[in-house]
Amino acid sequence: MPVLEFRGITKRFGSLTANDDVSLTLEQGEILALLGENGAGKTTLMNILFGHYQADEGEILVNGQTLPAGSTQAAIQSGVGMVHQHFTLAGNLSVLENIMLGTERLWAWRQQTGAARRKLAALAEDYGLVVDPDAQVSDLSVGERQRVEILKALYRDARILILDEPTAVLTPQESESLFATLKSLTAKGLSVIFISHKLHEILAVSNRIAVLRHGAIVGTLPAAEADREKLAELMVGRKVTLPTRQPLAPGEPVLQISGLSTKGQGATVLRTVDLTIHAREIIGIAGVAGNGQRTLADILSGLSADFTGTVTIHGKPLAAGRPRAIVASGVGRIPEDRHARGMVGEMDIWENLISEDLRSDEVSRWGLVIDRGRAEARARRQIEEFDVRCEGPDAETRLLSGGNMQKLILARALSREPSFILANQPVRGLDEGAIAYVQNRLLEARERGAAILLVSEDLDELMTLSDRIAVISHGQLSEALPAGDRSIAQIGLMMAGQDSARQAA
Amino acid sequence: MSDLFEILLTAGFWAATVRIVSPLIFGTLGELICERAGVLNLGIEGIMTVGAMSGWMWVYQGGGLWGGVLFAAAMGGLFGLLHAAFTVQMGLSQHVTGIGITLFASSLSYFVYRMLLPAATTPPKIVPFDEVPIPFLSDIPVIGEAVFNQSPLTYLALLTVPVVWYVMYRTPVGLAVRMAGENPVAVEAQGINVLAIRTGAVVVGSALMAIGGAFITMSWFDAFYFGMINGRGWICVALVIFASWRPGKALIGALLFAGLEALQVRAQQTAGAFIPYQFFLMLPYVMSILAMIVIARKTKYPQALLVPFRRGERV
Amino acid sequence: MIIEPRASVSLLRSGLAPIWAVAGALALCAVLILWAGTPVHTAYWLLFKGAFGSAFAINETLTRSIPLIFTGLAAAVAFRAKFYNIGAEGQLYAGALATTFFGTGLVTLPPVLMVPFLMFVGALAGGALLIVPVLLKTRMKVDEVVTTLLLNFVVLLMVSFLIEGPWKDPMALGWPQAAPVIEQGILPQLMAKGRLHMGLVFGLVAALAVWAMMRFSVLGYEIRAVGFNAGAAEFSGINVGRTVIVTALISGGLAGMAGVSETAGLKGYLTLDLSPGFGYTGIAVAMLARLNPLAVVPAALFLSAVYVGSDAMSRAVNIPTYIADVLVGVCVLAVLFSAMFTQYKIRWRA
Repeated sequence: MPVLEFRGITKRFGSLTANDDVSLTLEQGEILALLGENGAGKTTLMNILFGHYQADEGEILVNGQTLPAGSTQAAIQSGVGMVHQHFTLAGNLSVLENIMLGTERLWAWRQQTGAARRKLAALAEDYGLVVDPDAQVSDLSVGERQRVEILKALYRDARILILDEPTAVLTPQESESLFATLKSLTAKGLSVIFISHKLHEILAVSNRIAVLRHGAIVGTLPAAEADREKLAELMVGRKVTLPTRQPLAPGEPVLQISGLSTKGQGATVLRTVDLTIHAREIIGIAGVAGNGQRTLADILSGLSADFTGTVTIHGKPLAAGRPRAIVASGVGRIPEDRHARGMVGEMDIWENLISEDLRSDEVSRWGLVIDRGRAEARARRQIEEFDVRCEGPDAETRLLSGGNMQKLILARALSREPSFILANQPVRGLDEGAIAYVQNRLLEARERGAAILLVSEDLDELMTLSDRIAVISHGQLSEALPAGDRSIAQIGLMMAGQDSARQAA
Repeated sequence: MSDLFEILLTAGFWAATVRIVSPLIFGTLGELICERAGVLNLGIEGIMTVGAMSGWMWVYQGGGLWGGVLFAAAMGGLFGLLHAAFTVQMGLSQHVTGIGITLFASSLSYFVYRMLLPAATTPPKIVPFDEVPIPFLSDIPVIGEAVFNQSPLTYLALLTVPVVWYVMYRTPVGLAVRMAGENPVAVEAQGINVLAIRTGAVVVGSALMAIGGAFITMSWFDAFYFGMINGRGWICVALVIFASWRPGKALIGALLFAGLEALQVRAQQTAGAFIPYQFFLMLPYVMSILAMIVIARKTKYPQALLVPFRRGERV
Repeated sequence: MIIEPRASVSLLRSGLAPIWAVAGALALCAVLILWAGTPVHTAYWLLFKGAFGSAFAINETLTRSIPLIFTGLAAAVAFRAKFYNIGAEGQLYAGALATTFFGTGLVTLPPVLMVPFLMFVGALAGGALLIVPVLLKTRMKVDEVVTTLLLNFVVLLMVSFLIEGPWKDPMALGWPQAAPVIEQGILPQLMAKGRLHMGLVFGLVAALAVWAMMRFSVLGYEIRAVGFNAGAAEFSGINVGRTVIVTALISGGLAGMAGVSETAGLKGYLTLDLSPGFGYTGIAVAMLARLNPLAVVPAALFLSAVYVGSDAMSRAVNIPTYIADVLVGVCVLAVLFSAMFTQYKIRWRA
């Protein structure tokens, strides 16, 4: 008997069918991978399991018992535990407090802290997951936080563990250690659902693979019979053609960074970073989130001027701290977070497209009054050139899909043909079609002669697009070497900050 | 200057401080509970007015003193429920809702007062809470008179501090409240209803604020005046920030302010000849602003304060 | 209950939101009127007649709307940038203080210059009062709501000190009030009878100017962008701190002008009861106008009518005048509530 079974789950949101008659079983002691693109319906399915949504049709059985719909507590009590992609932890509270939340009767007179501490210690020993119960979560590393999330599920006596994109924030080595943990858990009789869109991980860790596309299961196969091409094709629904990078001779240096440092302490502080990017060249920066990428990106996009060292573009000093001057000097910027930094959702599309050069003669008069006619005309051209699907320049920006919003950002950043492009996580959260579009646009810009700095957490993406790759760890940037010169394992060690790997490379 | 020190040594000064601190404790702890759950409650000024009016009116209409306190708390809780309906259930702007609640609650209090007492030109009086000396303890010099010879509502205020601390830090529900103010998604992921937790916190917090208002008309004074709260609610909001959202520090902050107010009343008598009284009255407001400046940089505010939680918008 | 964003917001729907809010507020206050023992239609008819029933009433309603237009604009501009200036009351008095300081003899200019001069210094004073809160917000992230609220009390005590002390008018028979504004500084009357003065024209011009600024100017764009999404505004090169500071100065300036117009247009001298809470009512005005500067004018007119009309109503039947304040408070909440339905739709099950 399967420990967990989805039977004919269908969930619609208006005209969109997020889950279409999904049937799936999980056997005891196995690791089942759930593979699918962003928006394929993986998260919706898990939200139904945890009672955040109610399915329109179908039912879920745990150990043969039907799970009451719409109840998070029922799911937890039946022994299902979830490790979310975005950790559901409170940074200002202790590990123990985070773990204990919701495990006692809400109206009990006092917390049984002592018993909880003992239980946690026992679990930590059993599964080799050691954390300090009194540490503040905000002081923990990402890997440790994930350990807390797993312990949280085990503390609730979970026998079925679901991990949603668990490796997104880990180094390859941390991922390896996570996989080892998962294997030891299944050896002890637990069952695991592993949600991911990274093919190589899925092949490495799972026993069986189910592929979800447009809300429906399009295939279930043993991991032993799967390979990357087959899975990719199943996931996307057609043959995947990876964008190809034509070999080009790099031109003159465009962006030169030397001795760039920032003040302060911690992993996000830059320590004497040196980097030169030439025309017709993409440099990829690999690293675990929170190792200084954001600090570097903030400086290059003009959000921060708090540094020492020199940054020049075409030999002229960067207009530090002045985004508009930086843009005017020929820099195109793609921000890490579309919604928080990229676009003002409540404003119209044409308004967002002029935000970087508001005071220029092109869209305003005397830098005081906006020339709406010209701004809209320009927006119309950009919308067409970048194939943004919308009702027109005066549609509200928040109504666009993620892919279209990203195209809008590309339109704003690239239509002035910048000589340097900062692309920070340019394809995060996009579906395959939009990913290909963005990557091809970047490659086109490279062929046109732009120098590009690509910051990404996805090593596959970096390997495909970059001419050279540098690794950032604890604010130190390694030498940028041609993409083929280092193996994924080596890059992983460098991401973890191991100097031996740096020397070896 | 020596006058000042003399004032500091009198039991009367300390007794006044402890009396004045009571409404500040209720108000600050009430606001603290709301904000710990992630909801800024700017309705506090109006809710304290409601408490002051309704508690007093209950007694004036023939009810008992403790009945009046309960009634004030219930009324405060009701307005808290309104605030929560807007900010928690519907996720509307906490700033604007709070101001709206304050405008609505205080004007409604005045309206009701005038409706029930249309002819009253001089505010009518009730018999307020009497001082209840605690046996033996009240005999201790200075401290005894200052702390242990007070109205029962003052004892209640002082008792509320450890109770709120205990509930917040030692019970499961307190943990859920704090978590709701830090990361509501984590609360929801454990099958606990965030909206219910936040609503409950706002209702309880508002009830405490209203008791703070009731203290002013039922223990400190014996009548209800217009404009009686006079910014005390706003001072409580500042005190919560000053206290870094911790009950113990809230008590210290409130004591500091109450001491200042008691001091200025006495200083007016000695220094009033040289310094106009208005400047003494300004002190608490100016001090509140200063207190927020002093503490602003280092404080760890609840991460989800002002952030509405909407279940439908989960990704 | 599940709240979902609407795919598109029709202009009609968002335009109707304040109407629904007013209807809801009137309906809720009807309960209080019934309690007072007056038939609802009688009470509201009296209120309407009191506000618009005669030339004198209309004159008075227009007069009272002047400070509300200014304080409403002050809130509308500031709230657009998500700078919650709740200190319009204090800024109004700051404007009045400036009027008294410069306008009671210190400076004498011909009326054509004197009146604009007073408006200008009043605006400066109102804006200056916001410098501390706005710097605390932009530099140290201190919540501006509390600081601006607290400053209201400080300013009022300052006024009290000045008109009981150094600025006390010796000719005022012991009443605490400041010396009268000189003749050249008095805003001209608009009609032979009644109290309506030039301030109305200034208010209308201000509304038009603020509307044009928000809609067409680069600064207006920046204010809106900062209010909607400060992170994105900063990324695109808008100086967020500077924009908030400029917004605050404009907002404070508008509230300061309310003080000038009340002192030099209506009363002629500064007293402690210059404003019965115009600063706070301005928030309700701005909310009813959905922060649209042009809509501030009818919203101010409506709430002014409520105040003027309820005075008349309470004289005629036995309803406390506080009904007007209750209505104002309910309006703020009701408009929030009804505006939600323009942005979101509500479904009752998952």
